[in-house]
Amino acid sequence: MKRVVITGAGTINALGHNVADTLAAMAEGRCGIGPLDIRDVDRLSVKIGGQVTGYDERIHFNRQQIALYDRFTQFALLAAGQAIEQSGLEFSGELAARSGVVLGTSGGGLTTQDENYRAVYEEGKNRVHPFVVPKLMNNAAASHVSMQWNLKGPSFTVATACASSNHAMGQAFTMIRSGMATAMVTGGSESMLCFGGVKAWEGLRVMSKDACRPFSATRNGMVQGEGAGVFVFEEMAHAKARGAEILAEVIGFAMTSDAADIVMPSKQGAARAITGAMQDARIDKTSVGYINAHGTGTAANDKTECAAVADAFGAHADDLMISSTKSMHGHLIGGTGAVELLACIMALRDGVIAPTIGYEEDDPECALDVVPNVAREASVDVALSNAFAFGGLNAVLALRKV
Amino acid sequence: MSNVQQKVIEIIAEQAVLEVEDVSLDQTLEDLGIDSLGLVESIFSIEEAFDISVPFNANEPEKSVFDISSVAAIVRAVEGLVKEQTT
Repeated sequence: MKRVVITGAGTINALGHNVADTLAAMAEGRCGIGPLDIRDVDRLSVKIGGQVTGYDERIHFNRQQIALYDRFTQFALLAAGQAIEQSGLEFSGELAARSGVVLGTSGGGLTTQDENYRAVYEEGKNRVHPFVVPKLMNNAAASHVSMQWNLKGPSFTVATACASSNHAMGQAFTMIRSGMATAMVTGGSESMLCFGGVKAWEGLRVMSKDACRPFSATRNGMVQGEGAGVFVFEEMAHAKARGAEILAEVIGFAMTSDAADIVMPSKQGAARAITGAMQDARIDKTSVGYINAHGTGTAANDKTECAAVADAFGAHADDLMISSTKSMHGHLIGGTGAVELLACIMALRDGVIAPTIGYEEDDPECALDVVPNVAREASVDVALSNAFAFGGLNAVLALRKV
Repeated sequence: MSNVQQKVIEIIAEQAVLEVEDVSLDQTLEDLGIDSLGLVESIFSIEEAFDISVPFNANEPEKSVFDISSVAAIVRAVEGLVKEQTT
């Protein structure tokens, strides 16, 4: 089996428009969640989100591109560009044929859908722009990334709600490991902060109206975010042969299904995914120093996740650190695992553990070291990233320091 | 039986897949086999039926002014909200 490393990373999210700014914000424990600036926000009862601010699409894309790129595609392209540039790879010939792109998203071009439903239903128009379909389709981001960088190998989109990008990165990892691909551009992108996107979540009554406070006894729900995280995964021998800078090694991945409930999480399903990732990586659980939690800030997720970690790790659960950066960038749904993988890379490379901010009061059902409010310096050899989706679909990745 | 009580019991009975006669005021949602998803759906039906807005966050049900401890409590809460929001 081939070994797999990360040689490039890119992002745009509420904390920053690139990796350096995002990691700096995480290290400072800065909150990117604020008042939503979207159309008809006055008709929403949830008025906050982790919105990408200071963003003007016209700076990055021309008129023809904007006509084809939904916001989630724009985010994916920007993040992919950063990652590929950092990797130094140029995709041509045999490498292009053996490299692809697998991205996660849940809503795809939801903003495009929202705007065009308005046009036909609310405004009574009988005509929509000719590019609505290629703009809204869930694979638009992956396809545009493949076109822009000549990635001609296995390429597709994964949609497993909040676990989409972890499932996507897991596919990229296993394809390189098995020898099917040499390099994969992978991660996820989401842009659900439009009226319909927020209104739908409101209906479920699991959203906080003031802040995302994972693991805190005072938590009262999740807060949506938006953005993208994209990485270059590459076969280790290929990366070493060309002298590439290696950010981390991807050593394991596991996915499980709760087969139980469409919204309520399961301790067993989560614990099996965590344990499975460690078995896949062939590591002892005591080597894990940090977990980037799914940590949504809902009552149900956080206590279930802590119980799953306690089950999977036994006594070692009290020795490891687990934090939820959703407290800062919000829940990017189909893109969340990708942005959160950055916190794992920061832990492994820089020895900085991103905090769980907004933490106010201990919850006996979340009695783990959640790195409350302030980042911490620590040497970590192995980090896990959890994602547990609605529908009971769980995906956990394991990374190692190089 | 008030109109509000009648309608609330109808909504709860439908959610629980029971006949209206089988729902009594002293029962809890748990007694009726209504889980968290069923509760959220019931609240939506109540909002639609009475054209009211019910303040309820599933993460902190105990903090809600909307008392869901029994069928009777829900009826009282809806009566209060109808009075408050339609006057």
